Amino acid sequence: MTKKDWPLWEIFIRSKQGLNHKHVGSLRAADAEMAVENARDVYTRRSEGISIWVIESNNIHASDSSDADMLFEPSNTKVYRHPTFYDVPDGISHM
Amino acid sequence: MKVLNTEELNRKFQEKIDNDIKIEPNDWMPDAYRQTLIRQISQHAHSEVVGMLPEGNWITRAPNLRRKAVLLAKVQDEAGHGLYLYSATETLGADREDTIDDLHSGKAKYSSIFNYPTLSWADMGAIGWLVDGAAIMNQVPLCRCSYGPYARAIVRVCKEESFHQRQGFEIMMKLANGTPEQKDMAQDALNRFWWPALMMFGPSDDDSPNSQQSMKWKIKRFSNDDLRQQFVDATVAQAALIGLTIPDLDLKFDKKSGHYIFGEINWNEFYEVVKGNGPCNKERIDARRKAKENGLWVREAAMAFSAKRAIKKSA
Repeated sequence: MTKKDWPLWEIFIRSKQGLNHKHVGSLRAADAEMAVENARDVYTRRSEGISIWVIESNNIHASDSSDADMLFEPSNTKVYRHPTFYDVPDGISHM
Repeated sequence: MKVLNTEELNRKFQEKIDNDIKIEPNDWMPDAYRQTLIRQISQHAHSEVVGMLPEGNWITRAPNLRRKAVLLAKVQDEAGHGLYLYSATETLGADREDTIDDLHSGKAKYSSIFNYPTLSWADMGAIGWLVDGAAIMNQVPLCRCSYGPYARAIVRVCKEESFHQRQGFEIMMKLANGTPEQKDMAQDALNRFWWPALMMFGPSDDDSPNSQQSMKWKIKRFSNDDLRQQFVDATVAQAALIGLTIPDLDLKFDKKSGHYIFGEINWNEFYEVVKGNGPCNKERIDARRKAKENGLWVREAAMAFSAKRAIKKSA
């Protein structure tokens, strides 16, 4: 039997209006429309969502995890990026 | 990018595990960790999928519409759980179809409990109560497994599975409170599924050579024997409450330890079933193989349909 795997899709679900779509997992489907239908059956049987995004996994480009230390170095020397760096005199409010 | 040697990579990896930092798909990991996970997660996936067969056997013969709807929902959940888990193996670089072919060739194992037949409706109760109960006890600690995609899949599995055990216990309770014949059915199902359910936790710790490494990697959090004990302690009282008897003459409560002491498990039977000599091993694999072969045209038709749809759209 020859291999004819359906493409892999990453599934994102918006759990309710006002929240962003969040990655929940992946599945295989012949095309995007069938991926949405399958995602509906697999990931939203118990009111988990009101909207679905599907993206073919091949189209996701990610940062290199071995570069994470360099990329996401916390920049602790740049304390001036945080509001607590600044002195606010007494009597000033709403700032 | 700083290039680390394998020893440094290994050390950093273990450091992460020790600090309860999850490992994600693109992170460096020792090959043995990857292979252990692929083996464990795919076995878990196969168990979910093969597990649909003994229960599927009773869908058309459920005693009423409510029971039928419940059983259908449960079996549908198992299919979804299989999918979550196969997806998790794919994040480790395993090929979906190869994984499934390994099941069909007998290379990959699945939980031996599903090689026992479901002879009466009461077996649906025993499976939900005991088999799902044991599975939940095994799975809850896996929610904290060190591999992110596996842990996340299991969180979803556990959430969905919480009704499975209750519906099984409800079936048993109803039968146990029914006519004498119904009560006998329930007792008979308990008699047949009790020992295989205890075997679901795997070999005794002394005979489980991979356990220690899995604990060090935080794939596994509790030993097989500890989980089995926890299961016995929880289940004995439940059986008593509905007036059923655990089929173990050696079973007794040990005041000193606060645990139940139970009889010797027939490990010979366990290894025979794992080897493929259980009552339904052949039937289960045949059914899975047939499902794959008979479904091939559907998978091909879906691809053909999507190609046609794409042409129509671009026209």
